[in-house]
Amino acid sequence: MSEGAIMKFNKILKNTFLVLVACFALSACATQKVSTGQMQGDVYTGTDTVEYLASGVPDRVFFATNESVLTTASRETLRKQAAWLRKNSNITIVLEGHADERGTREYNLALGERRANAAKDYLMTYGISSDRISVLSYGKERPVDSGSNPLAWSKNRRSVSVKAN
Amino acid sequence: MKNFLISLIIVLIPTKTLSLIEVDITRGNLDPLPIAVSSLSIDEESRKNFQNILKKKNIGSEISIIVENNLRTSGLFNPLNKDAFLQAPDIANLKPRFEDWNLIKAQALITGKVSYVEEKLRVEFRLWDVLAGKEMMALAFTTVPNNWRRVGHIITDKVYERLTGEQGYFDTRIIYVAEEGPKTQRVKKLAIMDQDGANNKFLTLGNELVLTPRFNPTSQMVTYLSYFRNLPRVYLLDIETGTQEVVGDFPGMTFAPRFSPNGKKIIMSFAKDGNSEIYTMDLENRIVEKITNHPSIDTSPSYSPDGKLISFNSDRSGYQQIYVMKSDGSNVKRISFGKGIYGTPVWSPRGDLIAFTKLHKGKFYIGVMRTDGSGERLLTENFYQEAPSWSPNGRVLIFYRETKTDSKGKGFSAKLWSIDLTGYNERLVPTPTDGSDPSWSSLLSN
Repeated sequence: MSEGAIMKFNKILKNTFLVLVACFALSACATQKVSTGQMQGDVYTGTDTVEYLASGVPDRVFFATNESVLTTASRETLRKQAAWLRKNSNITIVLEGHADERGTREYNLALGERRANAAKDYLMTYGISSDRISVLSYGKERPVDSGSNPLAWSKNRRSVSVKAN
Repeated sequence: MKNFLISLIIVLIPTKTLSLIEVDITRGNLDPLPIAVSSLSIDEESRKNFQNILKKKNIGSEISIIVENNLRTSGLFNPLNKDAFLQAPDIANLKPRFEDWNLIKAQALITGKVSYVEEKLRVEFRLWDVLAGKEMMALAFTTVPNNWRRVGHIITDKVYERLTGEQGYFDTRIIYVAEEGPKTQRVKKLAIMDQDGANNKFLTLGNELVLTPRFNPTSQMVTYLSYFRNLPRVYLLDIETGTQEVVGDFPGMTFAPRFSPNGKKIIMSFAKDGNSEIYTMDLENRIVEKITNHPSIDTSPSYSPDGKLISFNSDRSGYQQIYVMKSDGSNVKRISFGKGIYGTPVWSPRGDLIAFTKLHKGKFYIGVMRTDGSGERLLTENFYQEAPSWSPNGRVLIFYRETKTDSKGKGFSAKLWSIDLTGYNERLVPTPTDGSDPSWSSLLSN
């Protein structure tokens, strides 16, 4: 092997090593994320706090910080709720909107209302009449998880459908 | 509560003085003025009468302790230890021996006398400039004995006014939300107390969630948010009579209420279909006006003291920022442009500043800016704090602070704190339970 080739080989080795280190670091991160996990971005994807309105019908959807946009998973949950509400046409619900503790009280009251209404609008597009749905914002007043950490906050940013009758 | 309205008849004993001692309150005072607060002297018969009525052994000394505590918490004064005083209270009130007071390094001296006159408490007090050897002020007034704590606060206000040239804030009360129980199921009650934490009373039982009480600047009315029957609505409460009523007839949540400076209107947010707008209601003719019109969240409105402008919180730029508009809703201008997000703007009673809450890089700050958004100054940084409320003279802010819980969700607390506009003199305001959402009253004796 020529001297140049050896140097090239060494360089390749070195790069490979760097790539290996980087892979290791990434996989460590990924592993960690899964283990503390249950979040995608900062939206809660776990089931710890979820209750069921009926078998296979989760009662709540979760939001990103400061957001009231429904995620794909949230829309799926709400479609299940809409199907269940269509089957049980005598049932009325309250959508309780909540925020995490990392915001001012008054803004969070408005944000909770906006989140619950996002859920309400979606249910209405699936044929549920607005007079069967009322909205109640609690802002940050009723957390389900009393922790002061990102996972707890993600569980608290939610809209919960509660049977009203 | 009845005693509350007893008028204080203040008799001014004229004193002729040039400008003597002055306390500068515009900067952080790291060198508080040494002041001697002599016990108010009292004759034996008056002492016994007050002991019977008020169950206090020596009301003269009790009142002087209130004055001392007030002066100390202001951060501007250093009340000297009474053990070092050489002159007896009764003699000092007649004519202080200035050399004696000078010796213990007092620069100002308060003396006085309490007596029992026709079932009332009569108090006179004097403020002396020790270095100049002159009387600076002398006042006398009469009130019902039950008002004895207020007597201490009024004396402090008069001394503060004489020495700083600005209105005092000691004869005032704080309304706030008293909190108890686990973080996931907090029980909240309206509570009221004197500015120094005395005379705490609960105004609601805790059966429903209550939030954000605010004083009317011109009367003993309060507006707040109650979840009575699970319908979050703005209420009006008369704290003298205990009567309350819902404000307006809105088909949804009303929140974030505040009074206009003349006390005749309530300004608040009304949330409907995911959109919060700002409305006012005139308390006399019940006319409701919509002030903002924007698909974003518009909340936390607060009037300028002349009633011509309104500051509020909106996320129309994408995040919470502070805006100012004319009181009819026109001419909306964003004023917060620093890094982070901004909430809870509250206009200073002096008109020149807006206090706010700011969140930046995971920390919460209480700060102030000029009404055009310039001159932003952050006074205090913490894990969580918000909701500043101004002292009536615009020199002190009271707010609440929450602690971070541990990994098991334990260790939560919410407490009231105060801080000077200078950023100095941060203090815990004592409350019997946890507390949040404080609102400072106007001066009661005005």
